[in-house]
Amino acid sequence: MNRYTVSLFTENFIGILNRVTLIFTRRGVNIDALTASESKEDGVHRITIEVTTTEEQVIQIVKQTEKIIDVIKSFYYKDDEVVYQEIALYKIPISSLDPGLEKVIRQYNARIISAEKEFVVIEMTGHKEDTKALLEILKDFNILEFARSGRVAVAKPMGTIEQYLNN
Amino acid sequence: MKDSRIRGAEIVIKSLVAENSEYIFGYPGGAIMPVYDALYDYADQIKHVLTRHEQGAIHAAQGYARVSGKVGVCMATSGPGATNLITGIADAMIDSTPLVCITGQVASALLGTDAFQETDVVGFSMPGTKWNIQVRRVEDIAPAIAKGFHIARSGRPGPVLIDITKDAQNDLGEFNYVPCLGIRSYRPYPKVKETQVAQAAEVINSAKKPYVLYGQGVVIGKAEEELKAFLDKTGIPAACTLLGSGALSEDHPQYVGKLGMHGNYAPNMLTNQCDVLIAIGMRFDDRVTGDLKRYAKQAKVVHLELDNAEIDKNVKAEVAVLGDCKESLPMLTEKVNQNSHEEWLKEFRTLEEKEKSAVVSLDLLPTKSGLTMGEVIRYINDYKKDDAILVTDVGQHQMIAWRYFKYKTTRTQVTSGGLGTMGFSLPAALGAQLADLNRQVVCVVGDGGIQMTIQELGTIMQTQSPVKVVLLNNNFLGMVRQWQQLFFDKRYSFTELDNPDFIKIAEAYNMKTSKVTEREDLSDSVAEMMIHDGPYFLEVVVEKEDNVFPMIPTGCSVEEVRLS
Ligand SMILES: Cc1ncc(C[n+]2csc(CCOP(=O)(O)OP(=O)(O)O)c2C)c(N)n1
Ligand SMILES: [Mg+2]
Repeated sequence: MNRYTVSLFTENFIGILNRVTLIFTRRGVNIDALTASESKEDGVHRITIEVTTTEEQVIQIVKQTEKIIDVIKSFYYKDDEVVYQEIALYKIPISSLDPGLEKVIRQYNARIISAEKEFVVIEMTGHKEDTKALLEILKDFNILEFARSGRVAVAKPMGTIEQYLNN
Repeated sequence: MKDSRIRGAEIVIKSLVAENSEYIFGYPGGAIMPVYDALYDYADQIKHVLTRHEQGAIHAAQGYARVSGKVGVCMATSGPGATNLITGIADAMIDSTPLVCITGQVASALLGTDAFQETDVVGFSMPGTKWNIQVRRVEDIAPAIAKGFHIARSGRPGPVLIDITKDAQNDLGEFNYVPCLGIRSYRPYPKVKETQVAQAAEVINSAKKPYVLYGQGVVIGKAEEELKAFLDKTGIPAACTLLGSGALSEDHPQYVGKLGMHGNYAPNMLTNQCDVLIAIGMRFDDRVTGDLKRYAKQAKVVHLELDNAEIDKNVKAEVAVLGDCKESLPMLTEKVNQNSHEEWLKEFRTLEEKEKSAVVSLDLLPTKSGLTMGEVIRYINDYKKDDAILVTDVGQHQMIAWRYFKYKTTRTQVTSGGLGTMGFSLPAALGAQLADLNRQVVCVVGDGGIQMTIQELGTIMQTQSPVKVVLLNNNFLGMVRQWQQLFFDKRYSFTELDNPDFIKIAEAYNMKTSKVTEREDLSDSVAEMMIHDGPYFLEVVVEKEDNVFPMIPTGCSVEEVRLS
């Protein structure tokens, strides 16, 4: 089992996400994280899905997703074939604000993006391991809430969806 | 100025007419009533067949599509009407049958409110359709239908579902039908690569014992002639899958038989002896391969296939030729050497003799008193024309009929292969018959399966389709009983049936009938049925506990075929 990023370029139609995830569900492959956004091409949507599975399985999944009428093209990558980031938000009670916290924030290259009367929100971008490490530390600062996005990823190989659309 | 707009419901019908649809198989209800109302004025342009159940409608559309090669159309109302289509949708998906299913839906303002007869049929059918869509605006109806037809029939065909809200059916819109010619995210026919063909030719040219397996892809691609040309030049022995039957005449000198669990002995055994396995338009279903770990491991596999997801799915290909075999086969035929494989073919013929004495002769020329299913098929062969269509249900009779029916021409085989849907045959036979009234259609069905869609005798009556129904009655869910006998210590748990008087039922539907219990009556009854020019119902009471052999038990290798 390995971690893979499945990257799909699709039309932006109702139900497309449903159709895509059904292919994972049917094969009993759990989706670790998922993001959807627009892409560089007008009207082309991209879905990025992180899974832990075997290479055989991920190849099958990619081929099956390509059979979906509104999927333009699917790819899969190992972690070293993509540049990816995740964003994490941490909600900390105002009472925890002290020099110790400030040090942690600096150390992790995190930043405070919002300060309210009762809490502050810290943001950090990075890989899961890093945002998780910060989470562990912030538990000592009575963290109130934590949320992390799925990965957004761009591929290192140079082929583009544009080339595919134009040929 | 006169308003040129028409109702959405009429746009539905005009779109179907624009697609040259000949038949709609359907069943009305509240949410589709505007379309039925519009249909009333189009009886001269499109025929509607009122089945007795929506499952009957979709299986009939499947039978029609499989015989005609065109898109089958079926229609149902929302809620229960739509959900009754689901089995047929799944069946059409796995057997690659082109269908457009149109369902009515509650008015768009009511969507999501649990309105009367509202079901999320788009959600229900999403994993089972090639494509589906809900249309909520009148202007989207024609484009959706155009797109649906294009998707259903192109590439690897499949079922499409178009759910149309009642307000869209009632609203007024312009009708301007533009057929769909392409979708940017959908490439149904990948271009065949010369390099792949060249590699395939090289592997085939150096083979000592090459072996061709052909499937329904050849029929779908209308590549029967191309297959024959390839075989004629190369001299390679060829075996077929269940749905590939008929793509090549069984009279062809290199035809060696049928593959799979209840296929022929030689084609299964020798799969593990060949050195190059050439799979053409087939998908290595588990009923064909048995245990994959012991399947053709010695062979280099060349796979000609249109659906990229089938390549390397079950069996790894040494050379994959992606594309329509209609295109790839002639390219390959040009590059391969003229050859013959007499010695290798003899190996098939030797094993064939073994099957003949151990199984076939007992099935076709039984000496025991009870009637066998095999001898019924033998008589059907005697009286049928070359292009007669065999429609079968699911079970022992399906496998026996398939084994012994003489397939001479293409599109003569209609059965539920991938899904194994009991109840498929009666409505499918009706659809098959309507696709071509000049061809004989024989529906071979079991006493279990017929009772799943027996109401369609009513549709046969109303349409007066000259379908020949052959009920092989063993008073058992025979195939399940066979497994119970072989693998569950003969514990016949809930497989014996107390059956009704089938002849009375058929007579109630005004069918000409006959019932055979004795061997001496069989030939005459089959003959009478085959020349009768209307619907006919023949019940043959067969031996209760006969088994279908050869058999490759689940999980066994193709070499572990049992002859008894
Ligand atoms: C809808 C459905 N339910 C259950 C089955 C499982 N099944 C496969 S064959 C079979 C028995 C069929 O009995 P019958 O129609 O009498 O045919 P026979 O095998 O006796 O020829 C059953 C129950 C099935 N294939 N389809
Ligand atoms: Mg039976």
